[in-house]
Formats: sequence, structure tokens, C-alpha cells
Amino acid sequence: MGKEDDGLESRRTVFVTVGTTRFDSLVRAVDTQEVKEELYKNGYTHLLIQMGRGSYVPAKSTGENGSLVVDYFTFSSSIADYLRSASLVISHAGSGSIFETLRLQKPLIVVVNEDLMDNHQSELAEELAERKHLFCARPQTLYQTIANMDLGLLIPYQPGDATPVAEFINSFLGFPR
Amino acid sequence: MENINNSRLSIAPSNSAFLLIIGLITLILIRVFYVINQSSQPRSSTSKQKPLSTLIVLGSGGHTAEMINLLNVLPKNRFKPRYYIAAATDNMSLQKAQVLENSLLNEGGVDEVRSAQFMQIYRSREVGQSYITSVGTTLIALAHALWLMIKIRPHVILCNGPGTCIPLCVIAFIFKVFGIRWSYIFYVESIARVRRLSLSALLLYKLRMADQLFVQWPQLKSKYPRAHYVGRLM
Repeated sequence: MGKEDDGLESRRTVFVTVGTTRFDSLVRAVDTQEVKEELYKNGYTHLLIQMGRGSYVPAKSTGENGSLVVDYFTFSSSIADYLRSASLVISHAGSGSIFETLRLQKPLIVVVNEDLMDNHQSELAEELAERKHLFCARPQTLYQTIANMDLGLLIPYQPGDATPVAEFINSFLGFPR
Repeated sequence: MENINNSRLSIAPSNSAFLLIIGLITLILIRVFYVINQSSQPRSSTSKQKPLSTLIVLGSGGHTAEMINLLNVLPKNRFKPRYYIAAATDNMSLQKAQVLENSLLNEGGVDEVRSAQFMQIYRSREVGQSYITSVGTTLIALAHALWLMIKIRPHVILCNGPGTCIPLCVIAFIFKVFGIRWSYIFYVESIARVRRLSLSALLLYKLRMADQLFVQWPQLKSKYPRAHYVGRLM
């Protein structure tokens, strides 16, 4: 799956996105030493975190002496460019980010926010993980997921098609085909 | 004798009022069942070529993205004019709809001018708002929804959650019952719902207020047989 280099041959970025709100336990999880080391061991060089409205601020790093380059920002009007230049995406479970990443055929780990009241979000992530389109993790199991993941097992997601729904509505309303 | 007559006279008016109310309720119920039954039937073949005014309720974030995908493949010349409604707190959705409508303008030229309108609606309850104050805001939101629906009176309603669309659908259903406007209500459940319907979808399904309800996963179709599964929007 999409292994895109950013002009620089050796640059492999992990992009983390929490979406429009906050997800401190995800930011805290990717900021742990064990996750960063595991990512580095897997050949990633940069870690870029979109942290939203969260209050936990990760530690920046310039990546000297064999470690990840770590940087963060709060929001961006469009995360599409960040997704495009990433080699691995770690995302919250919102359907917007999930499908935007899958459409770009990027390897994706979805981390389910267990603090949310109405936790129907895990349904989509778990279903897509079962169909091998992505990996699904919790903040506290992210480290194991990264350590055990085999990107070769992922199956590219075939984007859906709204035409059948539109045709159904059309014919229900008596419009000719 | 007089006494009996008197009591008969005093009972009679309240009796007839009672019968009148019972009669009215029965009539409304019969009408409600008729509307529900008719709503599940496809539209008859009269005046097919005329375009239908369409209300599109935009949810937010992922919901809006799914709706835009559906609108992209819907023949726009049959669904016009188009009225877009989004929650007053949601600035992004109407922008996205505007981008879509502008691209149609560029394609279609002068013909497509003014076939779209954009409106915002108050939400009954914001996240974190207390339940006591939400009684007041719910009433305001309902009045606002009623006002918008009286203005628009759409022939078709397209919605895909979350709750913003519920007051509009309920009002549309009441319009159908009282013969104010017959509208075709379509609800597409969010792709994020795999195993259980959302509260909005469940309400419309159980109360049979949506003419047709679409789900995007086969698991939901087997659980809710009156729903339709015809693939995913994303």
C-alpha cells in the first residue's frame, strides 16, 4: 500500500489526527517512549500530530541520535495534504477521517475513543478492521498494534457508490430511468 | 319525570362533544394509517416530468460528506429547487453544499441560477446544555422548524441524521396527515452505523415516518427488514 516519499527518499511520516475535537489519550499514547521507539524500529522517521483542542501537549523533537522527529499543530483547514504525504496514519474513529485516509490507500490505525458517551464509533472501525481495511486499537493497546501489524495484510478499500441509492429514489418517485 | 328529563338534557351536550372528539380522533387515526400505507408505495405516474422541490438536511462532518456523495449522482434537474438546511452551529456543511451548487452553476450555465437556497436551523439542545433550559430551546427550535417548513413545503426530503432532521420530518408527516403537503421522505442511515440504528433512524423507522430508509451495511438490513440495503455512499 501507498508508501509515498516526500521528495526526500528516507522520509517516512506517521500522521496522527484527532479530528475537530480533542482526544488527549490518543496524543498521550503516541507520545509514549514505547510507541515512538516501535515506530522508529518500523522504519518511520517523522511523527506529526494534529492535536485539536486537546490540553496534552506532546514533546517536540528534532530527531537527533536515532529517534523520531516529532512535531504537532492544533488544526488545519485541510488535512488532505498531511494524509497524502504520510506513510502511516493513526486516526480517531470519525468516519470522515477514516474514509478520507482509505480513499488515499494509506495504511491506517484507527484508535477508538473510549471516553465518548455514545460510543457507536467503534462499530465502523471494528467492521472495517474485520474486513482488513485498517487496524483498530484502543489508546492503551496502540503499542501492541504497531508492534504486531503487518501492512501487507491490508486489503485496499473499494470506495462506495451512491448511484444505487439515487436510482432507488428516482424510480420510487416515478422518474424514468 | 322532570328530574329525569333535566339530567338527560345536561348529559346530552357533553355526550355529543365526547362523541365528536372520539369521531375526530378516529378520523385522524384512519388518516394517519392511510398516510403511512400510502407513503410506502411508489409515487404514481402522474406529472412525472415535473421537477420536485427538495429539502436536503445536512447533518455535520461525516453526515454531510455522505449526503454530498448522494447529491453528486442525483439528477439535479428533477430535484429542484433545492433547499439546504444545516444546524446554526454548523458552518462547514452549508459551505460544502455551496461548493457543490457552484460547480453545477459552472456546468449548467444560466439555467441553474437560483435553484438552491441555504438556511440554518436552531438546534433543540446543544452538547452539554442542561435539560431544564433545553425545554425552552426545544420549543424555539420546533417553532423555527415549523416556520421553515411552512415556507418551503418540499415535495421531497433527503436526510441522513443526526437529530437535526427529526423535527422537520415530524412536521412534514403532520403536513401529510392534514393534507397541507405530500412529501416523500428518504432517510439514509450513516455509514458509521453497522450494528444498530441511530436514535433518529430508529424513530423514523418505528413510527414509519420515512417513506424509505436506507442502511449501508447488510447486518442492519437483516435486523430491520423494512430498510433497504443498496450499498455504501462512502
